[in-house]
Parts: sequence; structure tokens; C-alpha cells
Amino acid sequence: MKVLSDAKVGSSAEIACVQCSDPALRVRLMELGLVRGTRVEVLRKAPLGDPLIVRIRGYELSLRRIEAQAIEVSAEGSK
Amino acid sequence: MSASKLLLVGNPNSGKTTLFNALAGMRARTGNYPGITVEKRSASLEHQGKALELIDLPGTYSLTPNSPDEEVAERELRNCPEANVLVVVDATAISRGLYLLTDVARPGRKITVALTMADEAKRRGIEISAQALSETLNVPVRAVDARDREAARALLRDLENAAEVTLDLDYPGLVTKLARDADVPESEAARAVMGAAHPESIEERLGDSLAKRALALAPEELAAAQEAVACARYACTEALKSAATSAPPKATNDTRTEAIDRVLLHPILGLLVFALVMGLLFEGLFSGADPFIELIEGAVGSAQSLVRTMMGESVLRDLITDGVIAGVGNVVVFVPQIAMLFLAIAFLEDSGYLARVAFLIDRVMRGIGLQGGAFVPMLSGFACAVPAVMGTRTIASEKDRLVTMLALPLTSCSARLPVYVLIIAVVFAGESRVLGIFSMGAVVLFSMYMLSVLGALGAAAIMRRTILKGPTPPFVMELPPYRMPTLGALLRITWSKVKGFLIDAGSVILALSIVLWALLTYPVHEESVAHYAAQREGVTDAAELEAIDQAQRAALLEHSAAGSLGKAIEPIIEPLGMDWRIGVGIVGSFAAREVLVSTLGIVFGSGEADEESESLREQLSSATRADGSQLMTPLSGLALLIFFVFACQCMSTLAAVKRETQSWKWPLFMFGYMTVLAYVSALLVYQVGGMMGFT
Repeated sequence: MKVLSDAKVGSSAEIACVQCSDPALRVRLMELGLVRGTRVEVLRKAPLGDPLIVRIRGYELSLRRIEAQAIEVSAEGSK
Repeated sequence: MSASKLLLVGNPNSGKTTLFNALAGMRARTGNYPGITVEKRSASLEHQGKALELIDLPGTYSLTPNSPDEEVAERELRNCPEANVLVVVDATAISRGLYLLTDVARPGRKITVALTMADEAKRRGIEISAQALSETLNVPVRAVDARDREAARALLRDLENAAEVTLDLDYPGLVTKLARDADVPESEAARAVMGAAHPESIEERLGDSLAKRALALAPEELAAAQEAVACARYACTEALKSAATSAPPKATNDTRTEAIDRVLLHPILGLLVFALVMGLLFEGLFSGADPFIELIEGAVGSAQSLVRTMMGESVLRDLITDGVIAGVGNVVVFVPQIAMLFLAIAFLEDSGYLARVAFLIDRVMRGIGLQGGAFVPMLSGFACAVPAVMGTRTIASEKDRLVTMLALPLTSCSARLPVYVLIIAVVFAGESRVLGIFSMGAVVLFSMYMLSVLGALGAAAIMRRTILKGPTPPFVMELPPYRMPTLGALLRITWSKVKGFLIDAGSVILALSIVLWALLTYPVHEESVAHYAAQREGVTDAAELEAIDQAQRAALLEHSAAGSLGKAIEPIIEPLGMDWRIGVGIVGSFAAREVLVSTLGIVFGSGEADEESESLREQLSSATRADGSQLMTPLSGLALLIFFVFACQCMSTLAAVKRETQSWKWPLFMFGYMTVLAYVSALLVYQVGGMMGFT
């Protein structure tokens, strides 16, 4: 399964599952709207490639790569 | 009858505080929640003849708290089950805002909703009907411009119709079962399922019995239930959103924010702007505050001379002028830099750029175990550690915040500059050029700044891996849309920071100032007074009298408590190449580092001196130790410089850290580690340098 950190800038995908080892972070990500079936778009990466910015439910969220690695997404091409 | 309460609850950046300010006006009060440094904003209003206590809770995304701010919001809501709640929902991020509403809702909780940023949402093609939303939720929903006082007042009229919200929430079977078994409402059981992600605090928040049941669930079962709760709530909010949106929206992206970010987050342009903005911020702090600081110092001087002319010579007069007035000056002198930093931080934060700063620099800061948010306080430390310590409040993670606070006083603040300038002028003046271009003094000065950077970053990295180690806190941060901050909001934040500093840290600084003054003044050595009085007999030449005065001041300082202290620590600082006179300077400079210069001025009989004073420079250059050897050599000068790079010679920084951490433990630790670091470094330089034949 593909993870969000591998998604290309400009592409969008659908969230399949949030699999953090830290339960508090997992709950927080889901409470921010990163739940199964949600559309997520990768907007950009920081100059050093990390963190990244995604758009979800109409707002922008910044995540580190390591956090994005825990978010499994369905593979989908760029829009 | 006690006042009924209205709690303002909403996501960060939802316009909640703007709304609070519009409602509270001049009656807004700010303070701290006991024991923690989360700002409490409240106001006592009168509404339709009845008292109403308005409380602006810290912004939060849910009632499963992830930071001290969010813990306060959750706790206040829990402690006030009777209070009305005004849920502030940002129309541009309505699903996420309504998610909080689903978490806040509980049987018996009376709710009204304010829909903010409706104009911005409309510009983006999101048209939400407050009326439709109100009909579905069955509570008043009003679209308001948070800055409009009249519109805000209308929200208070809605309170009459405040009611429980009607939500179509399809919680999973596990939540239903948990609710039944523990005999609590489903909403509470859902909070327990989510709260089980924080086993350390769930008991306190949800009670023994419910917490035990939630924690007893098998991990996979719990994880599945948590996902199901989040999904159910978001399904509910998305349905609410669709029902309240007339036409299916076309493109709802924030094109304005995107356009700005194409420049500000551009890999090259973005970094240039970043450097420029940070440069301006630093320049403003470093030199922009100077005229105001001079003004304050001038006013302190005038007040002192005024009192001196009004009162006869007495201990009380000295206490007032040199103790109290000087102490108040020591406090107020920080106000320009604090005001400037917070004006800048508030502007950057409210405009949305501060989150981008953290985003851009996060990768670099992570190298030392910190996060992007630590950058601005660290940078500010080069101007002054006091506002910088206060600025660490923007760092969400408590450990990161503490590490930043404890490490940043190592950055070379502007008060160290006069010390560097004086010592370099004494021991490195006229030395040969380095590489034929740079003067030795410039190279040494640059090295001191580099050393302080390495010291601060190294200390942060070490503390993060030792005494304050722990898992890297997540860096999950909303990037709010760019918005134009309002001047009123900026001034309000700035004033509340300045006021907090004056009251909390100010009292400590004032008390320590008076103690230091007393140490430098008492006991008065009567023999010296008599000796110099005899010398003055028959002398009429002004310059000669002045010289006698200076000699008397030097003698009095030598016999004061500080002088004794300087002599007492002489054996300790001798291996660093210093003698008791430098020791007195070190004691005195605890008031503020630059005071080293004026204290040395007195000790060496140069009178009122600053770092440019030729007389003091000459006195220092020619000073000898008891054995006749030269006191200030390049090597002993370097040791002294390095001591001042690392030493925590600043009571105001300690007072600021005490205020931010609400205990003396961390400021004392900071003083300890910095002093040890300074001592050992200076010792190594002087001893090893001496062995290698340097002088």
C-alpha cells in the first residue's frame, strides 16, 4: 500500500488508514479529519523536502515525512 | 446570585479571540490559569440586566487534549457543565469546526454557534446558510464578522434560545455498549474511547469507572472504535455542511493563500523572504529599540537627580535613587524589546506567516532535536533573552519549549556586546591583522558570536537527549489562510505581554536589583570615608576633588559586601586569570551583563565609565596583580570573554524563566549549568593556553 509521504506534490489520493505507533498522534490525525475515505492533496514540500503540506477538508495541514509515512493512501494519479 | 457563564470554544485561528475582544471591549481581563502559563481571557458583562461572565477558552481541535492549552479548554468545559457554550466555527474550515461541536455536545449542554469568516468563505465559493445549519442543529447559528461589535452583541441575544444540539451521530456499537455499561451518555463514552489514547490523563478527565472500562478494551478493538468515532463525527459534520450549502461548491481552494505561498514557500524566493523578514525582526530588536531604551535610561537618570535634589543625604535617599528607581529602570528597560518582539510575533502569527516560518525551518531545527517553532525565540535571544524566553510560548510541545528556553540565554544578547567591546579594546587593540584583512578584534568578536551559537545549539541538543529526552513530538500544524491582522488585536496582545512581564518578572527583578545595590553599597567603610574627607581638606581644584571622589568610591566598593564577595571568590577565579576586582565586576554584572563595565569603572577608579571610556581602558591595560604581573593579557582577556559568552549573568533572564515555568527549579538549573560551562571553558582556555606558552 502506498503511503502519503510517497505521494507526489500536486497529486491527490484517498486516505485508507492511519497506522501510527503513537496512539495519541493517531487519534489527533483522525480528529483533524484524516479518516478513511477522505480526499487528501499534497500541496508542497519544504525546501529541504520535509515537512510537507497537504490539503484536507478545505484547509492546509503541515506534517513531517515520518508522520505522513503512517498514513496509507489509495494510489491515485495527479489530477 | 453568581454570574452565568458563557464559554467561547473554537479551533485555533477561528476568529474566536477576535470575537471575544469585540464582545468584551474594555472589560477584557487577562491573567494566567494557576500553575501553568496558559493565558486566561475573561470579561464580566451585563446582558439584559444579568451578570454574564465571558471566558475565551484556548483554541482546540477536540476535547482529547494534546497540549497545555487544549487541556485548559477541556478542563474548563468539564468543570462548568451548566455554562452556556458559544462554539465558534470558521466557515472556511467548517467540517473541522463542527467536529469540535460534536465533541462539545452533551446532554444538558446549552449551545449557540457563531459562524466566522463567512465573507472569506463566500469569496472562495463556499456559501453556508446559517439558517439551514440552525434548523438542522436546532440551536441558534449566526454568521458574524468577528470584528463587528454590533454583530457580536447579537450573539448574546441568541443565548435565550440556546439549546442542546441535535446531531445525527452514528457511533459504533462499542461506544453504545460502553455508554450502557458505565451508565453515561454516548457522547461521554465516545470521549472515553478517544481519550484512551492518553492513558495518563483519562482518569482525571473522565472519572475512574469510565476510564477503567475504556482502558480495558483490547488495543485492536480500541483502535477500530477510535477510527469509527472519528468517521462517525466527520460523516455527521460533512452531512451538516452539505445540508447548509445551497449549491455544490465549485473550486473552493483559497486562491489568494495559494498565490502568496507560491512566493513565500518557494524553495529559493521563499527562503530569501524568510531571511529578509527574520533579518528585519532582528534588526528591529537589536537596534530599533535603542532610542526607547535611551529614553527610559534618561528618565531614570532625571528621576534620580530629582530625588537627590529634593532629599537630604540619607540612607533612605540612596535606597530610593540607587535601589528602587534604578531597579524600576532595570525592569522598564526591557519593555521596548518585549513590546517590539510581541508586536512582531503577533503580526506574524495573526497574518499566518509564523506557521510558515516554522514549516520552512523545521528540518533544520530538528537537527538539534527541536522543532520549527523554536527558531524565532532562538533568533530573538541574540537581541535579548528576556523577550525571547517569553516568546517560547508559541512552541506547542512542552519539552521543546523548555529546552529552547534553557538554551537560548547562551546566544550572545546585546548586553554582552559592551563587555566584548571593552575587553577586546583592552587586550586585542592594535594587534596584527588576520590574513591581512581582518583586525584581530573583529575576528575575536566574530568568534565569540560563533561560540555562542555553537553553545546554544549544542546545549539544546544535549538537553533534548539527556535530562529532557523523550519521543519527538509530532509536528502536525495547521497552516491558516493569510489574513490581515488588525492593529487593535496586535496592540492588545502586546500590552498583555508587557503587563504580564511588569507584574510577574518585574517584581523579581526589582527585588534583586535592590539586593544587588545593597551588596555593592554596604557595609559603608567609615575609615575610608574619614580618610578621604581628610584628603579633601584644603583642596580646591575640581579635578583633584574628582580624583579623590573616585578613589573613595573604589575604596568603598572594595570594602562593601560585593567587594568582600569578590575577594572571597578570588581563589576560585584566579585559575581563570582573574583577580578580586574582576570578581566584584562579575558580582555586579548579575544585575545585567553590561553593568560589568560600570562596576569595573568604579573598582579601577575611573568613575562613571562606559565601554568606550579611554580612562577605563588605560586603567585595565596597566592593572597588575598582587605579584606585579599584568592583569589583562590577551589570554586572560580571552578567558574573561569566554566566561561572559556562557555565564548566566542576568537576573532578569532568571526572573523571566521563573515566570514561564512557574517554579524556581528551572531557572536555578539554568544558572547552574551555564555557570559551570562558563567556568570550565574559561579555565581550560587560561590553563591550556598558559601551558602552550600563550600569555
